[in-house]
Amino acid sequence: MEGPIRAREALALTLFSLLFFLSRSSALHDLLISNAERRIDLSSHIVKVYLTLKVENAGSSPASEVVLAFPPSQVDHLATVEALATKGKRKKTTFVRLEVKPTELPDAPNDTKYFTIYLANPLNSAESITLEVLYMLTHSLEPFPAEIGQSESQLVYYRDSALVLSPYHIKQQTTFIKTPSTKVDSFTRVEPTNRAGTEIKYGPYEDHTPYSFSAILVHFENNSPFAVVEELVREVEISHWGNLQVTEQYKLVHAGARHKGVFSRVDYQSKPSFNGVSSFRYLLARLPPRVHSVYYRDEIGNISSSHLRTDSRKSELEIEPRYPLFGGWKATFVIGYGLPLQDFLFESSEDRRYVNFTFGCPLMETVVDKLTIKVVLPEGSKDPSAVVPFPVDQHLETKYSYLDVVGRTVVVLEKKNVVPGHNSHFQVYYTFKPIFMLAEPLMLASAFFLFFVACIAYLHIDLSIRK
Amino acid sequence: MAAPEASSAAVPTLMTNNTLRNAFGGVLSFFILLLIGVLAFSIRLFSVIKYESVIHEFDPYFNYRVTQFLTKNGIYEFWNWFDDRTWYPLGRVIGGTVYPGLTLTAGTIWWLLNSLNIPLSVETVCVFTAPIFSAFASWATYLLTKEVKGAGAGLTAAVLLAMVPSYISRSVAGSYDNEAVAIFALIFTFYLYIKTLNTGSLFYATLNSIAYFYMVCSWGGYTFIINLIPMHVLLCIVTGRYSSRLYIAYAPLVVLGTLLAALVPVVGFNAVMTSEHFASFLVFIIIHVVALVYYIKGILSPKMFKVAVTLVISAGLAVCCAVIAVLIALVASSPTKGWSGRSLSLLDPTYASKYIPIIASVSEHQPPTWPSYFMDINVLAFLVPAGIIACFLPLSDASSFVVLYIATSVYFSGVMVRLMLVLAPAACITSGIALSQAFDVFTRSIKFQLPGLSSNTEVDAGETSSATKEAQNDAVKTEKAEETSKDRPSRKSKKKEREHVEKPSTKTKAEKKRLLALPLEASVISLLLLVFLGAFYVVHCVWAAAEAYSAPSIVLTSHSHDGLHVFDDFREAYAWLRHNTDVDDKVASWWDYGYQTTAMANRTVIVDNNTWNNTHIATVGTAMSSPEKAAWEIFHSLDVKYILVVFGGLVGYPSDDINKFLWMVRIGGGVFPHIKEPDYLRDGQYRIDSQATPTMLNCLMYKLSYYR
Repeated sequence: MEGPIRAREALALTLFSLLFFLSRSSALHDLLISNAERRIDLSSHIVKVYLTLKVENAGSSPASEVVLAFPPSQVDHLATVEALATKGKRKKTTFVRLEVKPTELPDAPNDTKYFTIYLANPLNSAESITLEVLYMLTHSLEPFPAEIGQSESQLVYYRDSALVLSPYHIKQQTTFIKTPSTKVDSFTRVEPTNRAGTEIKYGPYEDHTPYSFSAILVHFENNSPFAVVEELVREVEISHWGNLQVTEQYKLVHAGARHKGVFSRVDYQSKPSFNGVSSFRYLLARLPPRVHSVYYRDEIGNISSSHLRTDSRKSELEIEPRYPLFGGWKATFVIGYGLPLQDFLFESSEDRRYVNFTFGCPLMETVVDKLTIKVVLPEGSKDPSAVVPFPVDQHLETKYSYLDVVGRTVVVLEKKNVVPGHNSHFQVYYTFKPIFMLAEPLMLASAFFLFFVACIAYLHIDLSIRK
Repeated sequence: MAAPEASSAAVPTLMTNNTLRNAFGGVLSFFILLLIGVLAFSIRLFSVIKYESVIHEFDPYFNYRVTQFLTKNGIYEFWNWFDDRTWYPLGRVIGGTVYPGLTLTAGTIWWLLNSLNIPLSVETVCVFTAPIFSAFASWATYLLTKEVKGAGAGLTAAVLLAMVPSYISRSVAGSYDNEAVAIFALIFTFYLYIKTLNTGSLFYATLNSIAYFYMVCSWGGYTFIINLIPMHVLLCIVTGRYSSRLYIAYAPLVVLGTLLAALVPVVGFNAVMTSEHFASFLVFIIIHVVALVYYIKGILSPKMFKVAVTLVISAGLAVCCAVIAVLIALVASSPTKGWSGRSLSLLDPTYASKYIPIIASVSEHQPPTWPSYFMDINVLAFLVPAGIIACFLPLSDASSFVVLYIATSVYFSGVMVRLMLVLAPAACITSGIALSQAFDVFTRSIKFQLPGLSSNTEVDAGETSSATKEAQNDAVKTEKAEETSKDRPSRKSKKKEREHVEKPSTKTKAEKKRLLALPLEASVISLLLLVFLGAFYVVHCVWAAAEAYSAPSIVLTSHSHDGLHVFDDFREAYAWLRHNTDVDDKVASWWDYGYQTTAMANRTVIVDNNTWNNTHIATVGTAMSSPEKAAWEIFHSLDVKYILVVFGGLVGYPSDDINKFLWMVRIGGGVFPHIKEPDYLRDGQYRIDSQATPTMLNCLMYKLSYYR
């Protein structure tokens, strides 16, 4: 029921916005950016870009949206785009989260892709606003050389533009690139460019026309763990007897420069910081507080190398795959844990409940290529609906677990390219009558009762032909 | 199950005043049996609690993999399964070369659970199959011993079997091997045989054939049954105990059993073609001749009968000679004289080490040492003689079977340490009989000596009507056994003393029947000593289950000053192979790791623990003991991309590949004569340091182990 309505809504919205743009495409160029500052953080394998734009309305009519432009090579790797509007001056600044949506614009040069920021209040003529934009790129660091030995450290390329790509005229702009260490092999110079410590500064550049682009290439050392989960399936099973069981199946890969030649365990054991600098051994998973019965295993049994630290606010599970992961190596494993139900399940109205859980991957600083969340509702629950703060694919399944007769409804949420930025809460609403909790115990009891009755009957029946 | 049986056995005693008492005994023995089952199951869970729920060792991994295949692809695919991931490039027909009993059992349990929507994994089912079947086995022991010497002996034997270390060693949780279900099948087949022998019922005879079929499905050790039962039948005939019940117990078993056995692909026509089965056919002929003789004797007058006997014997001798000559010729014409290598090494203990190094290289095929007897059956070793004596007082068909069983299994266990497993149930049954009889005697004399006990009347009754004695004892014994099982947890003692007490007691049993009394003090002291003995056994069994037999061997642990240290290197290697090599890569390793590599790493191996092709193993052995260049050529011809070598030098793990290396040399040299064992030995000593011979220092195994 939910699906088609939602789709229709979305379609209507798109149509509406398209019309809106067609009628007002001239307004696009009425805005100009008086100052743009971009900070690119390359310290992990997730590229985080903080963009501060000061937008001015140079036109006559009020503008209610600002368009961001991305080169097509970046859009595929773009995991999340967030925008905040700043209000007030200096110390009393407050941030207002703004809605961001991908949009299509006609006659985009070189397949440029766009995201539109919808302003809370339309920007009147000659007014200005400061926007803070954060976007994250995954798989954007290309290892070069592509294959390294055990003791070599990993060098990567980062490609971008020295100038902020924008459909607007930019009066003044600066770009800072932060590298994880001072070891920078080379970088493209677009004067004025200078480098200090771990930071490379491009700019300031004055007065660039819309769609100005100046390709740069930074070649630097990055030994942070390139932990990529190719596929993560999180199954959240709700039991109204008081437990929330979470099972997470990981397919982990080291996405950095491929390992070449031999792996010497002796070398690795004796000096892990030197022999195996590009590898990683530990991963940290941040789990909810009051977690219990944690297990960490794979298809051939328990993996004995993990540590769990719990306190009242969070639980940290430090897991170590069976072997240190070098570039291109893979590992699969399962983490499971139980949680007290009252922390996550709430009643919204009569018989209507909702479970509130975190989206995203509990592992710190990892990219998930494909995330599937399955919320297994108790047997007998009806009308499920999910509320997720960002677009996801969803559908329903049925699962049979312990002694189920009609099966449990499973709400499946799927999302590609997930970064830690997606670790926000989502809700699944459903209707459940508590009487269903007694179905299975009653079933068992009656089965045993019938068995004993059958036994008694058997003992008292004489089936012999002759007396 | 047991409660109705026990009570129905007790009801026909015609002692109406004791009906309630008997019913109470039946319920009591039912609960004792239930507890015995729980004990048998839970004592085997040490491995899960101390380590984890995981499949153990080598062969269980293969069985686990077969079960996975079965549950995934169904039974028809399973029969036709040609496995191309092992014995590369030959492959192996799994469906036709594996004993399917265990796999089918676990597969059925899994299917049953899943159709009830209980989503247990195949691995969990496999891990717990062995403990479940040990509970079944102890119940089967109860039934068997009850048929032989009554319910009291049955319960004692069941308790003993539930925790006999020898059986625990093969059936801890995770030890998913054929023996786990086969011991149950073995005991149950014997039970049904004895039951048929006692009742002469064709119903039980048919059940017996089916149980035998299950045993054939489960384990190669079924040949033990098909030789032991004919031996017993022959014994009965020779001692003049032939009866129609014996005929009913034996003839259907041979006919139906052989037909059913031939249905199992791995046995097939072997059921009629190999010499292991010939004894049963020979006895089958003999029992028919005997039956015919008895029949003729019945219809002829004694004089005519004598004439007939002389006639038949002269003619029969000639025919027999001819038949035997043909048989011998047939047997002699086959290369191993119709006997397979493992069976031959049973008859001639030196056979294997002389001719087949691959059989000799397996530690469980070695003859056991004396300490291993004490380790594996503990005090039972001292109770067995007493039990044998008890079996002769009085000797029945059933008790003579037990005597024969213990005698043969003692011999076989002396040949191969692995067959200690067959000895264990026999030892438990005889010890159960001994203990139960001893308790019976002592408590009876105590009761007799203490005045004012109501049981006096009962004792008198037992004295006067010896015919009803057996049935009446049931109730008494039940209580005794219950007493022992309750008192168990808190005692300690020595077995020597109890030996002294025990022997005279059984000997004097005959006169006690008249006197019905030992001195009170002697009885009490002997009872206490028996109780101490039992306590010692329990303590030993729990220790053995917890410490000695529960390590899964794929995970090693060591206790250091800062706590438990876990070596999980095997699984680390297998996991790495699984995730980081191509699906079709070939992995060469010594055959020990073959099953685990295919199951845990899912990669194709060259040789595995099935060891059906000696030449192939010898090729790998040769490659391992050749210089690098020659080895590379051999492995290249086998498409090998990875070699798995276990090196324990760093942590001091004793059973690594360099320790097994001499066997590789021997097995390799057995087929390829250019590998000579003396080349690897310095002055007859195996050295791996700088004193080693140049051949040794240059061989692939050495280079792989010490590559720097």
